[in-house]
Amino acid sequence: MNLLNRQHSVLPGFGLSFGVTLFWLTLIVLLPFAALLFKTTDMGWTAFVETVTAERVVASLKLSFGASAIAALINIVMGFLLAWVLVRYPFPGKKLIDALVDLPFALPTAVAGIALTTLYAPNGWFGQYLAPLGIKVAFAPLGIVVALIFISLPFVVRTVQPVLEDLEKELEEAATCLGANRWQIFRRVIFPAAVPALITGGAMAFARATGEFGSVIFIAGNIPLVSEIAPLIIISKLDQYDYLGATAVAVVMLGLSFVILFAINAIQWWASRRHGAKR
Amino acid sequence: MKPRLTLTALLLSLASTSVFADTQLLNVSYDVMRDFYKDYNPVFQKAYKAKTGETVTLQQSHGGSSKQALSVVNGLPADVITMNQATDIDLLADKGLIPAAWAKRLPNDSVPFNSITVFLVRKGNPKAVRDWNDLAKPGVQVIVPNPKTSGNGRYTYLAAWGQALKQPGGSEAKARDFVNRLFKNVPVLDTGGRAATTTFIQRQTGDVLVTFENEAEMIAREFGRGGFDIVYPKVSVLAENPVAVVDKVVDKKGTRKEADAYLNYLWSVEGQTVAAQNYLRPQNAQVAAKYAAQFPPVKTFRVTQVFGSWRAAMKTHFADGGVFDQIYTKK
Repeated sequence: MNLLNRQHSVLPGFGLSFGVTLFWLTLIVLLPFAALLFKTTDMGWTAFVETVTAERVVASLKLSFGASAIAALINIVMGFLLAWVLVRYPFPGKKLIDALVDLPFALPTAVAGIALTTLYAPNGWFGQYLAPLGIKVAFAPLGIVVALIFISLPFVVRTVQPVLEDLEKELEEAATCLGANRWQIFRRVIFPAAVPALITGGAMAFARATGEFGSVIFIAGNIPLVSEIAPLIIISKLDQYDYLGATAVAVVMLGLSFVILFAINAIQWWASRRHGAKR
Repeated sequence: MKPRLTLTALLLSLASTSVFADTQLLNVSYDVMRDFYKDYNPVFQKAYKAKTGETVTLQQSHGGSSKQALSVVNGLPADVITMNQATDIDLLADKGLIPAAWAKRLPNDSVPFNSITVFLVRKGNPKAVRDWNDLAKPGVQVIVPNPKTSGNGRYTYLAAWGQALKQPGGSEAKARDFVNRLFKNVPVLDTGGRAATTTFIQRQTGDVLVTFENEAEMIAREFGRGGFDIVYPKVSVLAENPVAVVDKVVDKKGTRKEADAYLNYLWSVEGQTVAAQNYLRPQNAQVAAKYAAQFPPVKTFRVTQVFGSWRAAMKTHFADGGVFDQIYTKK
């Protein structure tokens, strides 16, 4: 019961607010998950294992998690750059660009999927120049990565932005006085401060991408073992009224996501401890 | 999303039925029947009012067919359900919403009109596609929606299989081999018929789109006839659109009389004419004769004739690990 081992805070009302928080989290987050898990108990263990180890399911899980990881990594780099530019440089149209970053949040994902397919299809604006080079984006796994990058970009930008804004100029000035060049300042001062936020943003982008359906389905091509994502497997099982099979795949996706996110959180905790950042 | 809206609208309208004494019917249907029922509903309303003096208002809910059937099972109060595959209505029978022998209640196994599977090719037919065998040739790209998620795709698959069986010297092994080769030529498996149309017409992907005849005519209306030709294969499958009154709902709402009338009227000359105008092949001989010019004669078979029953076909071919899955998993 070290949960209730509270430090004596000046602020009263911890017990009540903590209770409300826990209740709310249970109602909104834990109950649906519990129901999902409970549903899978209707099928025997062997049936469960058989369902989730089927070749198509395994291939789709690999694709979903692999493509999401690639998209998250690319977003960590490009999102950081974007946040950096938005924070550090005044330029005309800055407000507009800042607002544009949120668009993937607001846009229905199906619209995003159709728009991206229009761009990258073999007869599309970009696709027509890529096709002769033998680069296939739409209707190939590459298209899935492109769609996932699009929908998860805001997560990284929006988590890193405030951190960069809060960085004190004095730190950099002090570093300069001590003879550091620009690259050293970035590597030793700015980057370590941004790491926890980058990891958080990357993790959120990754988590969002694994469950994405709407935008991917139009650009993927959906060929079994090649470009079928895990959410599509779930949908196609539902289309055959195979609730249990669909639930089984969903539970595996949840489990994998949870393990990965937990690991990322642990890394982050460790990183922030190491860099002595305030928690 | 949509069913929720319909539900809200329905609840609101139920609250107001005491004020306006007209009956509300909810028709839960699949995606591409939007256009047909948009034309049919006013025709029925007028006829029903003339006959009984009663006003019936109609609400439509459209979506992927199996999703729609699931919604009804989960409580979407549909008075009638209109689908493109008997299995989607069988689901309601399995769950006790309608009797198991629902299909016997209306003529022709409760199928008021049907369509057939045809080929759309690029203008001038550059790949010289004449019949099924040409679809399996190397270098021909075929666009078919995914049979796992789309009734349209299932009909195409079953048509390909059935016609191979009907060839001289046809056998299960030959049918399997043909369908295998055909799907090796499919570069994209869209989740539904409309998505496949988009891939073929707007993305200019593939040489042949296999879809329903009425869908082909919809494309012609929408995009003009300049971009493609329609090729009629020698043998095709009959895509049947069964309909049923949902007993559990109409008994609760007291709308059985109106729901029965709504479905029965589909077989009337007026109802059949609306179907023909929407390029659905009418059952009524008189209407069929009048519109004969737009429906070239094609030898057809029913799914039940070749595969025994829809249930059997689903189990053998489209269930997980079934014959369709093996096309991709057998190297």
